[in-house]
Amino acid sequence: MPKWIDGEGPQNDIIISSRIRLARNLDEFPFPVALTTEKSKEVIKRVSDTILAGNTILKDDFKLTQMNEISNGDKQVLIEKHLISPSLVETSNKSGVMINSDESVSIMINEEDHIRIQCLFPGFQLKETWDLANKIDDIIEEEVKYAFDENVGYLTSCPTNVGTGIRASVMIHLPALTMIDYMNRILQAVNQIGFTVRGLYGEGSESEGNMFQISNQVTLGRTEQEIVQTLIEVTKQITNKENDARATLVANNKMKLEDRICRSYGILTNARIMNSKEALKLISDVRLGIDLGIIKDIDVKAINVLMVDIQSGILQKISERNLNTNERDIERANLIRERLKS
Amino acid sequence: MLCEKCKQNKATVHVTKIQNNSKMEVHLCEECARKSEDMSFENPFTINNFLTGLLDSVQSSPIKVDYIKTTTCSKCGMSYGKFKQLGRLGCSDCYKTFNEKLMPLIKNVHGSQQHTGKIPKKEGSVIRLKRDIMNMRKDLRRAIDKEEFERAAQLRDKIKLLEKDLEIDN
Repeated sequence: MPKWIDGEGPQNDIIISSRIRLARNLDEFPFPVALTTEKSKEVIKRVSDTILAGNTILKDDFKLTQMNEISNGDKQVLIEKHLISPSLVETSNKSGVMINSDESVSIMINEEDHIRIQCLFPGFQLKETWDLANKIDDIIEEEVKYAFDENVGYLTSCPTNVGTGIRASVMIHLPALTMIDYMNRILQAVNQIGFTVRGLYGEGSESEGNMFQISNQVTLGRTEQEIVQTLIEVTKQITNKENDARATLVANNKMKLEDRICRSYGILTNARIMNSKEALKLISDVRLGIDLGIIKDIDVKAINVLMVDIQSGILQKISERNLNTNERDIERANLIRERLKS
Repeated sequence: MLCEKCKQNKATVHVTKIQNNSKMEVHLCEECARKSEDMSFENPFTINNFLTGLLDSVQSSPIKVDYIKTTTCSKCGMSYGKFKQLGRLGCSDCYKTFNEKLMPLIKNVHGSQQHTGKIPKKEGSVIRLKRDIMNMRKDLRRAIDKEEFERAAQLRDKIKLLEKDLEIDN
């Protein structure tokens, strides 16, 4: 299980995880969009050699997976664990990924760019996450020449990533702000300073399970440290607002809130059929209940693990067989009951 | 319900459009829907073509008619038309090839055209030197404005030294 899901992290009640992604390209090769299958193999070799054939401690910690060597089910699992992006899978015969043993680092090869370094830590530790990504970037750069321009910085296939190539983000649980209908205001405010908030699950601005991702949009004209620091400040403010909203909800109508949380817990521990949308919604309530001390005896880490395990790919992996939608909903309900019982 | 356009097939596509605050409902058959420009299913709306949609709107000079046809990156073969369609550049040289179109777009997206962040460790020594000199010149100007002439003289000497280093490196 990746470190971001079941590891210890500061403030991991509201902030689930911190992520840094760096986009890099090799100077001598065309970007993946214009790369032949043959050349893309060369890029995979060149990039993976920087780690696997190097002489750093990373060498034995990372493992390369070519995307065409694994089953669709395994690809789905990697996506659901946030170790690869869905678009890496679209060009499976040209792409690969290097993942370390605690799954806190994944280096995607030939996604939109040749190299996408991703570091994912539990809780609120953006600076540590950036430090690690920065170091891995240095190690790779020892062996390759990056596409870099004096004026516009690291060159990326899409001009929206040019400059630092950095995407810093936090995954954050905001049930109270959602309940009091405050998310749109937050969205507008962060947009004005070059950041964005979007729902982690589900389409558009609707978020299932009240999980949101806050990330920078602007990658040029600011340093990595400035971007990371601003995200830290933005996240702190939103976390404070969420805590205020929780306190208000408790102060105004504790019984109603408690009722909602306990009902959700009741459904989760008794239902026989459960789709993922409903599960995410109810798990969000239970998580809030744990944070507020209404539900005791459940570790928030167990909730993190559950949130990931109920996704269809991982669920099928756990059950060790392919399931259709109805079977999945039954299996999901079984899994949730089992996990919440102990 | 029959398709509003061909009035022959059954309407299976129902679209609600909201334009200038007024609601409009359209009911079409699949074939007409596919042809309809209002909701081109062939070209789903993506961030990439949204972005490149800005390409020709942000630049100030009028578009040369043959730019789209003739401008092609010599390294990777990416044409301007293809880039507009994909929203992705083909190689590092594309940034030079499409420079005149790209720079206004980049400015529009990021509010800046100057990278101030990390520089590659190994390859970037000259760039780092240039950036140091640039920053020192700014400091120098500030020092002069504040009439801190002693500090200004020190900075001026340092800049001279660094500029010598730069000449050697080049």
